[in-house]
Amino acid sequence: MSHLETKNLTFTYGEGTPFKITALDNVNIDISKGEFVAIIGHTGSGKSTLVQHLNGLLKSSSGEVLLDGKNIHANKQTLFDARFRVGLCFQYPEYQLFEETVYKDIAFGPANMGLSKGEIDERVRNAAKYVGIPDEMLSKSPFDLSGGEKRRVAIAGVISMEPEILILDEPTSGLDPMGREQILELIKNYREQTGKTVIIVSHSMDDVARFATKVIVMNNSKVEMTGTVDEVFEKASRLREIGLSVPQITEIFIKLREKGYNVSEKIYTVEQGYLELKKLFEGSVTND
Amino acid sequence: MIKDITIGQYFPLNSVIHKLDPRTKLLFTVVYIVMVFVSNNFISLFFCLFTGIAIISLSKIPVKTVLKGLKPILMIITITSVLQIAYVKTGITLVEFWKIHITSGGVLTAVFMALRISLLIVMSTMLTYTTSPTSLTNGLDRVFAPFKKIGLDFHTVTMIMTIALRFIPTLIEEVDKIMSAQKSRGANFEQGSLMKRAKALIPLFIPLLFNSIRRAYELANAMTCRCYNGGKGKTTMNALKFTKRDYFGVLSVAVVIGAVITLNIFCGEYNAEFTFNLAV
Repeated sequence: MSHLETKNLTFTYGEGTPFKITALDNVNIDISKGEFVAIIGHTGSGKSTLVQHLNGLLKSSSGEVLLDGKNIHANKQTLFDARFRVGLCFQYPEYQLFEETVYKDIAFGPANMGLSKGEIDERVRNAAKYVGIPDEMLSKSPFDLSGGEKRRVAIAGVISMEPEILILDEPTSGLDPMGREQILELIKNYREQTGKTVIIVSHSMDDVARFATKVIVMNNSKVEMTGTVDEVFEKASRLREIGLSVPQITEIFIKLREKGYNVSEKIYTVEQGYLELKKLFEGSVTND
Repeated sequence: MIKDITIGQYFPLNSVIHKLDPRTKLLFTVVYIVMVFVSNNFISLFFCLFTGIAIISLSKIPVKTVLKGLKPILMIITITSVLQIAYVKTGITLVEFWKIHITSGGVLTAVFMALRISLLIVMSTMLTYTTSPTSLTNGLDRVFAPFKKIGLDFHTVTMIMTIALRFIPTLIEEVDKIMSAQKSRGANFEQGSLMKRAKALIPLFIPLLFNSIRRAYELANAMTCRCYNGGKGKTTMNALKFTKRDYFGVLSVAVVIGAVITLNIFCGEYNAEFTFNLAV
């Protein structure tokens, strides 16, 4: 059974002004429990608008969002529940930090849920552990941290609500390679340890290829394709047409194949590439 | 609510009003405000209203968008009207019930005031709706240029104004974003006691303040990098030039203000009883 689902979602920004934009056009997605979904698309393709519908921040002009088969806008209570069951971490979340200490900022979500002090404390410490924030950092001011650290604190602020579905909008944008690596690693670990559904929005194919079990490609406010990493990256030429690309390593293997080398095109990570090349070299050694 | 703030917004279209020189539009706005204030009877004020409607239709901006500017001050208009009805006791009694005593004079004064405030707000927003911020600063710069001779540097003032106007939409967008983010963490901005709601704003205002200061630094750096050093020796790429359209505009302004003065003199001072009798 589908866990989170949208039905014919359509949304327009700025109705009645010359800036009117259709951000979502009849979008249908279907996400099952435990999946690691990547929503990819060009800037302005509607991916951020889509995720803001998933926890009920935006309400579409037509269509509905179903959580476990129930419309999240059914009444106030279902909407309130959706906010906590679907945790959404915005793009550049570090600009939303406001508390005096890191601890208090991470506790903001759980406190809003009306949990007891003991429970809040447990959740804050758990979340801090997931994102790799050491205990001594919890008493610091969030404004004194580095960019990457702030980002991790902000993500912990959403994880601490222990949502059934965690959505991260461009979690690695604006970070250096090391920061990116850390964030992706922590998301991967979080999912492995909790087994919860994770959705990440990204335009980096390299990030997506490594983890996602399902890829949703958005283009021009519509869902362009849905499928596994293999199924989506197979259509490399279509992806390029809509301003996206396949991972760099895949690009290399496609070119190698065009040059007549006997390698697979379905290589999406450096790891796979290494093994494929090794196979090729070993093969050519035995052939000689 | 936050999206209703229209002051300082620019609404790009290609109308006659948009194409006017910003100085013409500035002159018109100032004259219009004076006109509305000196109008002392309904006929003059209706003439102002008529002029306003003409300008709005010429600008091609949708009426709905223009009226949206009134939403935030609806409260002020309502309070003013109620006060007028409560305190002005001239004319014929319309309703007498318990302690409530409404007279024709009260009602007419209320309508007069509400119309006056609405016209002021709507027509001031029309200036920014039809003039891009850069064009507006250029206009202000030129209008105030003579004051430099007596040591008043208006360039800094106009620059501050432009930057402030320019950042209103950015800040609104930012408020929206931070609110959404905090709502995602269960923040509730709409419910609870007054104290609770005031407290709920802390997670909104602290990041907003922090980001604004950061943005100010960034902007200052970016301006310095482009050798900005105030208005000294600054020339503009698109020098302002009065065209036939503008001379016609100025002429119209003169005609309109003349008409209001004439109407004021001939229709007499605003008099509730008189106007009411006229209406009946």
